[in-house]
Amino acid sequence: MNAVRNAANGGERSDIEDLLPWHAAGTLDARDMQRVEAALARDPELARRYELVREELAETAHLNETLGAPSPRAMAALFAKIDAEPARRPSGSTDLGVRIREFFAALSPRTLAWSASAAALAIVLQGALIAGLVIKEKRAGGYETASAPTTLAGVGTYVFIRFAPEVSAAEITRFLATNKFSIAGGPSAGGLYRVRIATAKLAKPDLDRIVKASQQDKVVGFIAATE
Amino acid sequence: MQTTSDEVLLERIANGDRLAMQVLFTRHHVRAYRFVLRLVRNEATAEDLISEVFIDVWRQAGKFEGRSAVSTWILSIARFKTLSALRRRGEEELDDETAGAIEDHADDPEITLAKKDKSAAMRQCLTKLSAEHREIIDLVYYHEKSVEEVAGIVGIPEATVKTRMFYARKKLSELLKEQGIDRGWP
Repeated sequence: MNAVRNAANGGERSDIEDLLPWHAAGTLDARDMQRVEAALARDPELARRYELVREELAETAHLNETLGAPSPRAMAALFAKIDAEPARRPSGSTDLGVRIREFFAALSPRTLAWSASAAALAIVLQGALIAGLVIKEKRAGGYETASAPTTLAGVGTYVFIRFAPEVSAAEITRFLATNKFSIAGGPSAGGLYRVRIATAKLAKPDLDRIVKASQQDKVVGFIAATE
Repeated sequence: MQTTSDEVLLERIANGDRLAMQVLFTRHHVRAYRFVLRLVRNEATAEDLISEVFIDVWRQAGKFEGRSAVSTWILSIARFKTLSALRRRGEEELDDETAGAIEDHADDPEITLAKKDKSAAMRQCLTKLSAEHREIIDLVYYHEKSVEEVAGIVGIPEATVKTRMFYARKKLSELLKEQGIDRGWP
């Protein structure tokens, strides 16, 4: 079979000529595309045959486009069949994954860039706030004021945390963000911050578990549940 | 504006999302219909097959592994459904001999007129190709499938895809020559 083709077209040319339909359709990979373009540039006969391929492609597309489209009956029949199918129970985890990917896929690159910038700015601001609090604490020397409780009052579960003295503001920020904790007040005497660890009232076992887990983090020097 | 990818739609379909099914259907049904229609040559049959193809998409969405484009996967299902329907009806099979046997080379008035118009003649000859040759010409030229994708859809090695395409084009040239149009190839 190949011998017939080779006799008709000549060895190497046959390989390249075989690729012409895909070159015309734009479905070759970069390497083959370059091979074909180089061959077309140096071989006028191959270039003439490529024009034949392009004619075939144009007329095939024309022919298919004149075939029209199915009537609405096709869609009606499909959804009648779907309605007759047993109902499916969505998988929650998959659904969430799909939603997250859809959300990011729906954002334009410019929107994504702005969102990333805004997120970075928020982290910097929170870091600056913490750094400011730490500096304020150090400037005060041995004297520490019991600052008034601020912000985030109300429902939720709170703990007292003293951050380890050697950690940076960035590490504290990361710790808070990772665990979805928020500073609700402080520092009070002894460098304690009041930190909200949940927006709802947690059961004691859950609270104990979080306190225990947080104690393992190098950022935390001391942690205790509050009432 | 960026549209939801076919892959995401399939995940939603796997979770029973009818709206996602509607979007995917709207996106792909016309091309799938044309692919089927070119093989079965009957609009009502093609429409029936299209709803069968997409009910399979609905049922199998959770099994799609993303190893090919969704459009390629749909065409694979369409081809399978079409072949099954043709076999059930005992009609045209996708091989040269059977398809060749039903080819009509009669020079009807339409063809006579087409001889005056090379483009129209080419389109006429494209309809005269065997089902096997129509299929590969359509997949490459109209559905823009790569060698690898065609191999996946048709279920043949990539080298065979190239060979079959060569012979489909060769047959097309021969049909054109019968109508007095010599392209000087092959």
